[in-house]
Amino acid sequence: MKAEDWRKMGLKDEEYQLITEVIGRDPNFVELGMYSVMWSEHCSYKNSKEVLRTFPTKGERVLQGPGENAGIVDIGDGLAVCFKIESHNHPSAIEPYQGAATGVGGIIRDIFTMGARPIALLNSLRFGTLEDARARYIFNGVVSGIAGYGNCIGIPTVGGEVYFDPCYQGNPLVNAMCVGLLETDKIKRGQASGMGNPVILVGARTGRDGMHGVTFASEELSAASEEKRPAVQVGDPFMEKLLLEACLELIYNDDVVGIQDLGGAGLTCATSEMASRAGTGLEIELDRVPCREQGMTPYEIMLSESQERMLMVVLPEKEEKVHEVFRRWGLTSTTIGHVTGDGILRVRMGGKVVAEVPARSLAEDAPVYCPAFVEPAYLRTTAQLQLAEIPDLGDAEKVLLQLLSAPNIASKEWVWQQYDYMVRTCTVVLPGSDAAVLRLRGTKKGLAMTVDCNSRYVYLDPYLGGKIAVAEAARNLVCSGGEPLAVTDCLNFGNPEKAEIFWQFRKAVEGISEACLAFATPVIGGNVSFYNETNGEAIYPTPTVGMVGLLEDVEKRCTQEFKAEGDLIVLLGETYDELGGSEYLATVHGKVAGMPPALELNKEKALHKLLLDAIGKGLLKSAHDLSEGGLAVALAECTFGNNIAATVELQTNGLRSDSLLFGESQSRVLLSTAADKVELLLALAVQENVPARVIGKTGGQKLSLTVDGREVINLSLDNMMSAWREAIGCLLK
Amino acid sequence: MMWKAEIKVLLKKSVLDPQGQAVEKALASLGYGNVQDVRIGKYLEVSFAAASQQEAEAQVREMSERLLTNPVIEDYTFELVEV
Amino acid sequence: MKFGVVVFPGSNCDLDAYHLVKDVLGQQADYIWHQEENVSAFDCLILPGGFSYGDYLRCGAIARFSPVMKSVVAFARSGGLVIGICNGFQVLLEAGLLPGALYRNLCLQFRCLFTHLKVENRQTPFTGGIEPGRLLKIPIAHGEGNYYADADTLRRMEANGQIVFRYATADGEVTDTANPNGSLYNIAGVCNEMKNVLGMMPHPERAGEAALGSEDGRLIFQSILKSWEGSR
Repeated sequence: MKAEDWRKMGLKDEEYQLITEVIGRDPNFVELGMYSVMWSEHCSYKNSKEVLRTFPTKGERVLQGPGENAGIVDIGDGLAVCFKIESHNHPSAIEPYQGAATGVGGIIRDIFTMGARPIALLNSLRFGTLEDARARYIFNGVVSGIAGYGNCIGIPTVGGEVYFDPCYQGNPLVNAMCVGLLETDKIKRGQASGMGNPVILVGARTGRDGMHGVTFASEELSAASEEKRPAVQVGDPFMEKLLLEACLELIYNDDVVGIQDLGGAGLTCATSEMASRAGTGLEIELDRVPCREQGMTPYEIMLSESQERMLMVVLPEKEEKVHEVFRRWGLTSTTIGHVTGDGILRVRMGGKVVAEVPARSLAEDAPVYCPAFVEPAYLRTTAQLQLAEIPDLGDAEKVLLQLLSAPNIASKEWVWQQYDYMVRTCTVVLPGSDAAVLRLRGTKKGLAMTVDCNSRYVYLDPYLGGKIAVAEAARNLVCSGGEPLAVTDCLNFGNPEKAEIFWQFRKAVEGISEACLAFATPVIGGNVSFYNETNGEAIYPTPTVGMVGLLEDVEKRCTQEFKAEGDLIVLLGETYDELGGSEYLATVHGKVAGMPPALELNKEKALHKLLLDAIGKGLLKSAHDLSEGGLAVALAECTFGNNIAATVELQTNGLRSDSLLFGESQSRVLLSTAADKVELLLALAVQENVPARVIGKTGGQKLSLTVDGREVINLSLDNMMSAWREAIGCLLK
Repeated sequence: MMWKAEIKVLLKKSVLDPQGQAVEKALASLGYGNVQDVRIGKYLEVSFAAASQQEAEAQVREMSERLLTNPVIEDYTFELVEV
Repeated sequence: MKFGVVVFPGSNCDLDAYHLVKDVLGQQADYIWHQEENVSAFDCLILPGGFSYGDYLRCGAIARFSPVMKSVVAFARSGGLVIGICNGFQVLLEAGLLPGALYRNLCLQFRCLFTHLKVENRQTPFTGGIEPGRLLKIPIAHGEGNYYADADTLRRMEANGQIVFRYATADGEVTDTANPNGSLYNIAGVCNEMKNVLGMMPHPERAGEAALGSEDGRLIFQSILKSWEGSR
């Protein structure tokens, strides 16, 4: 074996050395390929493992934490919710439609592998600005890829977020999340237990697509990446629909010992991880693997990342029955081997052993690195924001319209009306509100779900930004009436071998951990995506937080839009002169600078408690979290759903008026309530020690906003609505 | 004898082709103002055995009319090669 | 009344239709697997939405050759009530039970949104219980719902009352802006000459409970019940 062989596969010299020590000889070409994919960052988390260990992962409700295909949380009455988020960034940069589609397919398999019925999809998407033709092309392709896969398989895409920033120009982010429901006694795990048990491969034929996809995901993108197109797989949602139904049928009937999907690193990953988790070995015959092309080599079969394939271990007496169920669903299944007791993954082809290595060493024994870290130099510059140098508000109406039509704030209807968000008829809060809410048939319960991250904040202060991502996700759930349960995260960063990037990573994880501890929402799974760089330039650090919350009574759910004329509008929380990292500063003044708004976890928790109490007691008509664009934008958003405007009076009390209207101070929520309930609500707020103030009244067709007795905004609903609703569509024309 | 039918399926002239129109506009915006019309269709290759050319042609017609096209909106043409 | 919900590989609104007729309307319901050859136990067949056979080749083109379709056709020809929703509508067209064809939305994108339907013919088993002038708020979710039929066919359908629903504005006006997919004359649903087979792109099963944003879809199923009770 020559050094250039392993280097080409992405292995370092010392890693090659380690392999020879583990197996006591030089690996052959097939074995080298298997180690190279399993020891890539994507599969082994070798750079991030140590840091990820600091996440809180335990909790009373946690039935499955990190380490399996997806985490699981108990929601009572014998039910559990299973969810996970995962990135498909690099494939989407190269081939947006298929990259995004297969990202959705992969995360769905992770959920039904655990025995859960997938009930909802969400996604977090980031692109370059839409003035750029390639960004438009990628945006279009990604959205139609998500739609193409999710709509066809019949799982509603109910929520998500979309941001545009030049830092994602060459490296878009596509993070897909899936939520599933299962009975607590039906949990399945990816374990190959029971010596002699047959191993069954089912689904699509194995082709040459996606070779070395995980190594690809562990490299920076460059102009040469376009040539790596063969690394992109093609999805078949129809095949996956059949797989999903057949696998769930087998799991419900208790016909399965262990099951895992074939994703990154294909057969190599599925076989070695399943054996490693069970402490067993596997022996497989590649001649039995159904291939799409003739003449595929063992190397290609072991590394192929062809989609829509599953590996299953069953009891010998169930083998025929399992094949029969797959046949009925029109699927091809083959017994390709069996479980052994010697811990070795033994691969045969054409009567010869083509690979023979300890399964555990592939799955678990990759070297663990503790990359160097140093505070990024840019922070010294960005922190130098002098508010005094920024002129305070001139024309507030103009600024509001400008922000409403800024792509990061504007309506994402152009995106979500391409998704089927209603199939399965359980979506009771549709896209566009703070969080999606699904009813759970046969129970009174509901689930609220959201994905959130303001990566500009994380860029300006990774620790605080990480904390805010969790707080905002929790706040969105709480505004819908859901009590936050747990977190799944997708940590998108640049190259971890650069000390400044790794510092961002460590700090963001620290912030997320602290917030998760405070809210008692453990991290139950997720994914790390490093090397999000183009020509040496990293994206903003983007740790996307996916969160699921429980509503014991789904009838009590709450949404953001005003419900009736004459209701009182209440602002919860305190506003400060905080413009750092705001959308206002970026859009109106062209600056990405300053410190993100401060966050006090105790105050945030008190706010959550108050909201859940008030919603539970039926005191609220609407609740909307204040985020990008601040108070004025949130007010406008509340008026849109039912075409009910408002009259609002504010006082600056020494604040700048731009901070008051467009600042993004944390832990604030906008409520509306019937006039006869407002006393109760304010009393409750006093009790929970949350600042609360009546700031106006709903009604009419014009939003009137007065500051210190002077009307600074008087805009018709139509005017605001068209700015907000048509912005993205216009940019794509 | 083995045959390969190369079948082209296009929307009928009387049916509006939204995809074709979109591509036509895109070409015009790229400076191809001389483009008069774009139609988008499907191309299928079907390999099969048949005793004679006549039989092969008859089969392709039957397949096309029963399954491969929707005669309400689509027309088709085909070429047959012996392989 | 007993409803049969046909399940093709790739159907995904089967559960929703089943839920509405069984749990919401309290009727009997059963799934019918696409390989079944006998549908005589049912009073009304529902061909649900979804992506049968992945919608590969053309929507509904492969499903229409499923074993169950022979008996669906026979059931329809003998006067049995059949309703095809979205992909089910596409299957009925491919099977020749309804006139016309559906193809790519004019905007070239999938569209999921609430539409308002004007009921053009109340003299069908599917619309008989809907009061005059009542608009139905029912959502669509499709990429290929652009209805087409040639001019002669359309004239015949019009004369014979086969155009059942048209997309309209919230005020009931049939306009271009209310047309979500480019369908000729805003056609959203059609029936056969005998009026016992209905195909529609909007999803009435998604509009059967207040929690889902509309209960208007029920009116179609309640009409079916009424007509079935009247015919007994």
